[in-house]
Amino acid sequence: MTAPVTAGRRYAGAALDRVEGLDKVTGRAAYAADHRPADLVHAVAVPATIARGEVVQVDVDAMLKRPGVVAAIWHGNAPRLATSDEELAVLQSRRVAYRGQYVAVVVAETPEDAREAARTLRIEYVAEEHDVILRADHPRAYRPENVNAGHPSDTGQGDPDAALAAAPVVVDEEYGTPAEHNNPMEPHATIADWHGDGLIVHEPSQNVSGLRATLASLFGMPPGHVHVVSPHVGGGFGSKAKTLPHTILAALTAKQVGRPVKLALTRRQLFVATGYRTPTVQRVRLGAEPDGRLIAITHDAVMQSSTLSEFTEQTAVPSRVMYAAPHRRTTHRVVRLDVPTPSWMRAPGECPGMFALESAMDELAIACGVDPVELRVRNEPAAGPESGLPFSSRNLVACLREGARRFGWAGRDPRPGVRRRGRTLIGTGVAASTFPALRAPSSATVRAEPGGRYTVRIAAADIGTGARTVLTQIAADALGTAPAAVTVELGDSALPPAPVAGGSMGTASWGTAVVRACEELAARLEAAGGTVPDGGLEVTADTGREVRAQERYSRHAFGAQFAEVGVDADTGETRVLRLLGVFAAGRVLNPKTARSQFIGGMTMGLSMALLEESIMDGRFGDFLNCDLAQYHIAAHADVRDVQAYWLEEEDPHLNPMGSKGIGEIGIVGTAAAIANAVHHATGVRIRELPIRLDKLVR
Amino acid sequence: MRESWDSRERIAGRAGRVTGQANTSGDAAAPPPVGADLRISVNGAWHALTVDTRESLLDTLRDRLGLTGAKKGCDHGQCGACTVLIDGRRVLSCLTLTVSLDDESVTTVEGLGLPGAPHPLQRAFVEHDALQCGFCTPGQICSAVGVLAEAAEGRPSLVTHRDRAHPGGSAEPVITGALPLDEEEIRERMSGNLCRCGAYPGILAAIAEAARAGEGAR
Repeated sequence: MTAPVTAGRRYAGAALDRVEGLDKVTGRAAYAADHRPADLVHAVAVPATIARGEVVQVDVDAMLKRPGVVAAIWHGNAPRLATSDEELAVLQSRRVAYRGQYVAVVVAETPEDAREAARTLRIEYVAEEHDVILRADHPRAYRPENVNAGHPSDTGQGDPDAALAAAPVVVDEEYGTPAEHNNPMEPHATIADWHGDGLIVHEPSQNVSGLRATLASLFGMPPGHVHVVSPHVGGGFGSKAKTLPHTILAALTAKQVGRPVKLALTRRQLFVATGYRTPTVQRVRLGAEPDGRLIAITHDAVMQSSTLSEFTEQTAVPSRVMYAAPHRRTTHRVVRLDVPTPSWMRAPGECPGMFALESAMDELAIACGVDPVELRVRNEPAAGPESGLPFSSRNLVACLREGARRFGWAGRDPRPGVRRRGRTLIGTGVAASTFPALRAPSSATVRAEPGGRYTVRIAAADIGTGARTVLTQIAADALGTAPAAVTVELGDSALPPAPVAGGSMGTASWGTAVVRACEELAARLEAAGGTVPDGGLEVTADTGREVRAQERYSRHAFGAQFAEVGVDADTGETRVLRLLGVFAAGRVLNPKTARSQFIGGMTMGLSMALLEESIMDGRFGDFLNCDLAQYHIAAHADVRDVQAYWLEEEDPHLNPMGSKGIGEIGIVGTAAAIANAVHHATGVRIRELPIRLDKLVR
Repeated sequence: MRESWDSRERIAGRAGRVTGQANTSGDAAAPPPVGADLRISVNGAWHALTVDTRESLLDTLRDRLGLTGAKKGCDHGQCGACTVLIDGRRVLSCLTLTVSLDDESVTTVEGLGLPGAPHPLQRAFVEHDALQCGFCTPGQICSAVGVLAEAAEGRPSLVTHRDRAHPGGSAEPVITGALPLDEEEIRERMSGNLCRCGAYPGILAAIAEAARAGEGAR
């Protein structure tokens, strides 16, 4: 067991301003696309205009005669790469696996010339019939070996079918979530520059260590020959965590033309090959006693992946954790279609899965005549409902109670469709949230200088989470100094290797390594009589052994989301009047940046509930609404009153900071709380997101 | 337009051998680039430039003048990350052709303040944690400076009370003198600047503070 460092804790828990805040507000913070090496040329990726088939010929010769054009590369003249990963094997085959897949790249002296060249490049294809629409009864649906994060595809206990057949109260409904796109404000961009046999890549990345390893392997060189630079990342939400084809394309192109290459994706291109949240079709069945106590839970999820690779969200996995019931089953099925490969988007699995489960719980509350808060409290498990493991800490009930108090839930009239202010129907809803508290091995270095300054070096990423700030606070406490004496360097693959900013495990993983390095440094300084040698003193820690040896617990953050909505009785226009979340996520290390994380997640959940939907065009095989004018994300006027609170949660089984990740839990449960509030307002149950006007006006 | 639709139809409509431009809007190749000479003031310094007539102000700022504070979030005027000020009015620099700005004065986020001497809004954004990833932030701040100026000048918005915006029932909105900026006004006026991190409550608090203090409208 790891005892939390409490002695000398002074700065963890303090509301420090973001350490790079002034650089960001004055426009000085450099993002990847801001980098302009000398002799730069501009590349534009050329997307396939068929959804399935082969490229026969690309008219490279005509293109090279155009003014300003430096190169045009396709399968026919591209250098070969060493990879079996079909997604990253850019220009290595004539095959087209989805519409928009990069089939060529053109390079020119100016961005205008490059864009014009890409627009007019002639490509000859042989097109084949494509299949791009997900259906739950698709004949090619199959059970994957496992789902994202290594969870088993299917689990079960008892006899849920018999239990459901005999249950006094049953909810059996189908829920759907659409394809959604991460859409960080910063589009993906790569500046690739070869020096001799080494490659420098400026790229917004959530995982510089991972990107370095992948690039080294693809181009057949030692990892030390690749340098990924990513000091600031303009949002990722999962879409900058994996190595993506455009990065390979830029590196390959720079190698071919022998000059530094800038390849900046357009917003429209972000809708194709940077990942997205798979659409899901989910069936949830709940069997309960008349008082709401669950007898059976089943959750079956169907989703899509591309023909290139299998990516399956852990959609039904939260149903293995949330509620007690003796009979249970969860399944995942996937259909491989001629579509781009889906990937991680904020709380993959938990987010769409909890929309279904928490909507079904609301339906059960109504069927049993039990208050929705009380229903969840009644089904609280004593240990992991499937794993049987003890929870390291679980305060869902406290979140529900505290949220109900703050929101003013008491005395709520459960009848739907009876509250009206003028033309507006008013309703309230609640849903629970959960997200696992994970940790991965990391390394970190800390260096002391004679003047009392310290430098922490770690290949972590700050994608807007506040990692740079929180690691500064963690180091200051572990060193017994002030944050102003500590500089944290991150976002660079030359720094000590560290895991991805993803899975809400960044701070837990990196923070452990920083604490261990600082502890060791402090011990050595003490042994040396407290004096820093002239050349400084440096210590590196690696937490591989510590993380692998951690005790077995069910580790999760929990939360409760409350929403009040107003629905225009004539038009169906829905507005979220209030959104209030209460979370239990271990120790909160910086209330200022943490509040921003929770509120940001809840805001994205609001956006998911009301606005977000990528519409697949069955005929042409691409997403129709691939820009920000047609794919709506919440704007200022959509976000009226969003409040986040948290409980003081002591959990000795997590990490030296006692913290759980908070980057994703804010989005989990929000859409269900809003859909439940819409039902309370109108009597209309929306089981398929987003909550559009046409689904309400009947 | 009809031609490009046909090309899309031909390619996707049936299996078989197809040829087409890489981009569905592909028409015949455009004529060769044309350059134009002009003079432009950016953050108080005059520059004599020869620009490509296809060049956006955003690209001129970023690629030619090295001012990378303004960001390219969509290049289509849909996100607001490229917002700068021209003579104090906010514009989307990605939709503004530089060739149209001869003799004009542009202010970017770099011109508002420095890390050691920030503009009141820049300081308020840090204090209220009105940013996370920071990518939309330069556009948010330039837009906020414009909003404060618009309110000070009395320019009504969609949510300005009708009696105020249309005194005496006038058909067109009327500029009547400084307007108060309540939360609804700020949200409405800032809705052209998207923030995917969801920093809107902090942004609102930062702008409201600057508005109360009477700072920041320049």
